[in-house]
Amino acid sequence: MLLASVPEWSGAQLSGNWGVIVHYAVIHVQLALAALLLGCIGALILGLLSFRYRRVYAVVLAFSNAVYAMPSLGLLFIIAAITGRILDDHPLIIALALYTLTILVRNIVEGLRAVPPAVTDASSAMGFTRRGRLLKVELPLAVPAISAGLRVATVSTISLVSVAGIIGRGGLGFLLTQGFQKDNPWEIWAGVLATVALAGIIDVLLVVATRAVTPWRRIGVRNG
Amino acid sequence: MGSAISWLTTSDNWGGSSGIWQRLLEHLRYSAIALVIAAFIAVPVGLLIGHTGKGSGFVIGTTGAVRAIPTLGLLILLNKLQPLALWPVEAALVVLAVPPILANTAAGVAAVDAGARDAAVGIGMNGRQTLWRVEVPLALPLILSGIRSASLQVIATATVAAYTGLGGLGRLVLDGYDTQNLGKAYGGSVLVVVLALLIEGLYALAQRVLARSREGGGLDHLPLAPVIEAPAIS
Repeated sequence: MLLASVPEWSGAQLSGNWGVIVHYAVIHVQLALAALLLGCIGALILGLLSFRYRRVYAVVLAFSNAVYAMPSLGLLFIIAAITGRILDDHPLIIALALYTLTILVRNIVEGLRAVPPAVTDASSAMGFTRRGRLLKVELPLAVPAISAGLRVATVSTISLVSVAGIIGRGGLGFLLTQGFQKDNPWEIWAGVLATVALAGIIDVLLVVATRAVTPWRRIGVRNG
Repeated sequence: MGSAISWLTTSDNWGGSSGIWQRLLEHLRYSAIALVIAAFIAVPVGLLIGHTGKGSGFVIGTTGAVRAIPTLGLLILLNKLQPLALWPVEAALVVLAVPPILANTAAGVAAVDAGARDAAVGIGMNGRQTLWRVEVPLALPLILSGIRSASLQVIATATVAAYTGLGGLGRLVLDGYDTQNLGKAYGGSVLVVVLALLIEGLYALAQRVLARSREGGGLDHLPLAPVIEAPAIS
């Protein structure tokens, strides 16, 4: 019963198969969002710790350089070996979350550090506590830098989800490998183009969201 | 993880025409060919863009767009043109390796201090001399950053290349997975990751030596991380 509900690509053409693309695109987005969310939470925790304690940052940087260097397929299987569950989505989500974390944590710390001392001094003089200053002054001013990191992480994550197509998972990545096995170019192209389109759509949404939460930047630009 | 260790410590798995050493050599060969081709394309074009200041918008745009392409899909599509040939894999690797080298080279040359450039012109250097004697040496750390970033991407992607039937370390992972020999799949993954970390470490060392060998060590402030972290699509 459960298997029957999974739509299957039929024939060597595009028409009639839009439902299949949408089905796998939804799974793709779910996997990517789970990884991004997990990565963001981790990056925020490690980023704030690194901002406060220099020694933590040195360790975090070394760790993130190493993770970033690891090929996704290798990382995926190693996490599968550790968790012992190769056939569910957890290893993929954890691996992609690690990439997100390593990209984002650097941008968070550099963004916070780039807040001018005059601004932090002024907010202290106005009576902000350390936490109030962080939440209401420093983090908002670091939003553009954090958003830049998030955009890179998002595009990479959407593209990397497909790697799990090799083990028959990975959202749109499944269309790539199934198209390869059935020698169906339409299915392969659909997988590639849908992935690129998803990355583009989500990237535009992030740009719009960043503009919405940083209204002071637009005013600054208009007044020169 | 225990099965991976016992697979890796079995000496029979290292030799032979489908052993670890053979797969490692294949992996390095695929990667080296792609990197050399990519560098021959990307460095001259990057120097030209950085020197003239034209086309940098194009570079930033394509760098981001390429990042969005699923590697596996690109490999499968190119492989369809001539299954099991080496060139589709090399072409896919070159496509991935060109943007980081190009972007870093262009950014490195463009970031050369205007004063240094003026001084070069002031002592009578022409455009070509300025490029080779001033801009290229000053941009070298960033060019190396680009090659480092491209190397990592190529080594990672050469792993996926096994899916379309070629060799390399990815072969161990996929064959292990397909035959339910998880020790082999996990052991192969460990090798893939260790190789990437070794290469990353070598580059880090090379960049440190390069920075130190320069007079006064004034280049310490230059970012060792690649500048292609700049976002692009849109």
